[in-house]
Amino acid sequence: MSRSALRVLMLIVVIAFALTPLVVGNFTVSLMNDIGIGALVALGLVLLTGVGGATSFGQAAFVGIAAYATAWLTTTQGLSPWIGLLFALLLTGVSALAIGMLTLRLGGHFLPLSTIAWGLSIAMLFGNVDALGRHTGLSNIPALRIAGWSLTDPRAIYYLIWFIVGLAMLFSYNLLESRPGRAIRSLRGGATLLASVGADAYRVRLTLFVTAALLAGLAGWLYAHMNRFVSPAPFDVRASIEYLLMAVAGGLGQLAGALVGAALVLVLKNGLQDVLPMLTQRAGQLEAIAFATLFIVLLHFARGGLMGFVRRVTRDRFKRPSPAAAAAVEPLPHRQLPARGTRILSVAGAVKRFGGLVAVNEVSFDVDAGEIVGLIGPNGAGKSTMFNLLTCTLPMSAGQVRFLDRDIAGMPQREVARLGLARTFQHVKLRPHMSLLDNVALGAHARTGAGVLKAGLRLDRVEERQILQEAKKQLDRIGLGERAHELAGSLPLGTQRILEIARALAADPVLLVLDEPAAGLRRQEKMALGELLRKLREEGVTILIVEHDMDFVMKLVDRLVVMNFGSKLVEGVPSAVRADARVQAAYLGSVV
Amino acid sequence: MTWDVALILAVDGLANGAIYLLAGLGLVLIFSVTRVVFVPFGDVAAFAALTLAAFETGRTPPTIALVLTLAALAVFTEVAGLVRRGEHARIPKAIAVWGLAPALPCLLAWLAARSGLPAALQIAATVLLVVPIAPLLARVVFQPIADASVLVLLIVSLALHFLLSGLGLLFFGPEGSRTNPLASGALTLGDGFTVSGQVILMVASALVLSGLFFLVFERTVAGKALRATAVNRVGARLVGIRPARTAMLAYGCASLLAGLIGVLIAPVTTMYYDSGFIIGLKAFVAAIIGGLVSYPMTAIGALAVGLVESFASFWSGALKDVIVFSLLIPVLMLRSFLSTQADEDEEEVDQ
Repeated sequence: MSRSALRVLMLIVVIAFALTPLVVGNFTVSLMNDIGIGALVALGLVLLTGVGGATSFGQAAFVGIAAYATAWLTTTQGLSPWIGLLFALLLTGVSALAIGMLTLRLGGHFLPLSTIAWGLSIAMLFGNVDALGRHTGLSNIPALRIAGWSLTDPRAIYYLIWFIVGLAMLFSYNLLESRPGRAIRSLRGGATLLASVGADAYRVRLTLFVTAALLAGLAGWLYAHMNRFVSPAPFDVRASIEYLLMAVAGGLGQLAGALVGAALVLVLKNGLQDVLPMLTQRAGQLEAIAFATLFIVLLHFARGGLMGFVRRVTRDRFKRPSPAAAAAVEPLPHRQLPARGTRILSVAGAVKRFGGLVAVNEVSFDVDAGEIVGLIGPNGAGKSTMFNLLTCTLPMSAGQVRFLDRDIAGMPQREVARLGLARTFQHVKLRPHMSLLDNVALGAHARTGAGVLKAGLRLDRVEERQILQEAKKQLDRIGLGERAHELAGSLPLGTQRILEIARALAADPVLLVLDEPAAGLRRQEKMALGELLRKLREEGVTILIVEHDMDFVMKLVDRLVVMNFGSKLVEGVPSAVRADARVQAAYLGSVV
Repeated sequence: MTWDVALILAVDGLANGAIYLLAGLGLVLIFSVTRVVFVPFGDVAAFAALTLAAFETGRTPPTIALVLTLAALAVFTEVAGLVRRGEHARIPKAIAVWGLAPALPCLLAWLAARSGLPAALQIAATVLLVVPIAPLLARVVFQPIADASVLVLLIVSLALHFLLSGLGLLFFGPEGSRTNPLASGALTLGDGFTVSGQVILMVASALVLSGLFFLVFERTVAGKALRATAVNRVGARLVGIRPARTAMLAYGCASLLAGLIGVLIAPVTTMYYDSGFIIGLKAFVAAIIGGLVSYPMTAIGALAVGLVESFASFWSGALKDVIVFSLLIPVLMLRSFLSTQADEDEEEVDQ
């Protein structure tokens, strides 16, 4: 499908939505309104759970906070619903920020469990506060008015709801295709990955959490002024589960899943409400059972939801339009590299203990600007631990690391990354469902600054083009430019390692730290990699490399540091190291 | 608040804590072995309470129909799996294990309801009747997706709770019931302060059962297999432990605990079809204090939850649950502060 065809399709969808209220009955319009509101909440869940990997069982509580906020302000204080909107969003945002700050550091299943706790608490609070009408709720909420025109009629508010849904979808789409979006999509890769490109996983997750809550808040505001009555029941955990069901049924992987899921769930619910009373007198109970069963069956057999299925079918048939080659933009600013020969990294007396095991014991060495230093040693010598220490991925037990004349021991990993220390991982950390280009573009995270709001409103386009241009440049450099739009997961492992180098280069590093980059490469590829690294050295980039392929290392490096049993054995130029009896003994066993 | 009131509240809290302790043990057991946060635990307890109430009023407990329905589903799942793999020879055994074995307690319960047995036998029949529920649910719902991520399992578990509470309403109806006290009399502790026999029974059962738990885990092969599976599933498999079978054992034990909880709590609280959820959630708060893995910490957590609940209810009856659940937040904060950040890759959503 080409770009223009896509536009025409979008236009048709918009016109279809605009014409719907003119041809269908009141009941369908009301249903569509409910779907729109559900889709807003589900959209937040697709972003938070589907993309960001954090499950929330309390999203309905945010809908409730906003609905009650505007209901209270407009009924008891007599203020305009538009002030109510501001108040609702403010209150939802602040609540989400507070809850998020308290709970988002939790790992694994603790986070979703905590969402059950506050989801329940908030809903219970609504039912127990006198000012909020306890279990009877608040009624007589004024209808919305736009320029003197009252939106009492479901057909009138229909346009507002779907206008907002459209905007929210657009905002979310823009967001995902941007700098903060790439960070959000990388959340599932773990905090270490994000920290290695200078991003703070906790802050990214917090921003995402608040964004999702604000979408729920928007839905809550619409809900209050559409139904003009609020009570605690629609905001309890059961409702949260229903929103989650929408997101899962539609497909957590795609934004459109929110819309499709909301429609699917609400239409089905309505259908069940029509059909079940004809079959049995206990329709209400059966409805709950049917829904729970449906949910479980879905998670058993179709975890990707309807859109996941649609995408599987269409992926092969329609190729994504490859973006037109954008006009060249000014490249991202480069950092001033230190003069050749100045000391940039010095490790002094580094010690790392894991309980009683001393993995790194009193290791000291220096790295000067513009050289390639190899770190070698037999298996279990402590090389990778040493790497984790000097990139501040692991805290040191004792010792000092200075990078660019700053003491970095104890500094958070992302701060070190921002100083210009870029690394690759021994166990590749790439995002398999993101394109090569996006993976590399993630590396430029710390060099740029667009936030969620800027990205969602498309105010970041110049910077975004700079980022993508830089990413493409680095991809071309490692010879993968032709495959920029393939998924990283489809590459063989060796090539994935090279891709990590491109990502590290996109950060414009002073020091490049490579953990076994040549493992899994064929001879030709290894030679190309050697060429690339030598060229980088000429450009002034300093490289520290752990590698097992002796032939490769000996030809490449200026200096070698050999480790054995956690301690430094020798240090010197390759020929001297090769001739050293202790090194030979460490690798081959001593003769005696 | 005077000392008398505080003492009464403390005893009350202790009794609640005993219940949460038993529930917390069950939850930790299931989670550590299967990684499933078993939200429907409380529902099973509620079913036990309602079953006993049915016995006492001389009705045939609707639980029989529920268990038989689940057994039919389990047999269907099992047989369908066997047929798909072409292992027809194992079908009779599957039917015996998943269909006939659960039908046995149903038969007992049916006979017990007929003949108006003494209370002790009714209680035994009740507990036996609910024991198959969790294993059957696990066979149908969790075993086919045993390798899914913790989050998917959690979502499924929560949906399963709503399914069960729907079924509960269907089978038991919306009325609440309360059963006869198991222990009459009271213990007078000087100065007119008495502790009811029921409370003593609850606390004593919790102590005895957790002691038993400890013995089983430390001294029996089955207990060691459970612990091994909890520590490392793959490793356990390598030494010949079948994770599916250990999981069933864990579910069976948890179901038994739930049954006992239901029987213990039914005389002091009016139980409805959905009362279990809140009990289960409070036990979760306790289990989370133990990080969902530590039994002793869960016990301490259970006591804390019970006491906080009882004192909170003195302060504001309506908000006591809000207070208990809000307790979770500082607990979680403390946990995340203490735990060293393990950086795990989270699983992808299947596309």
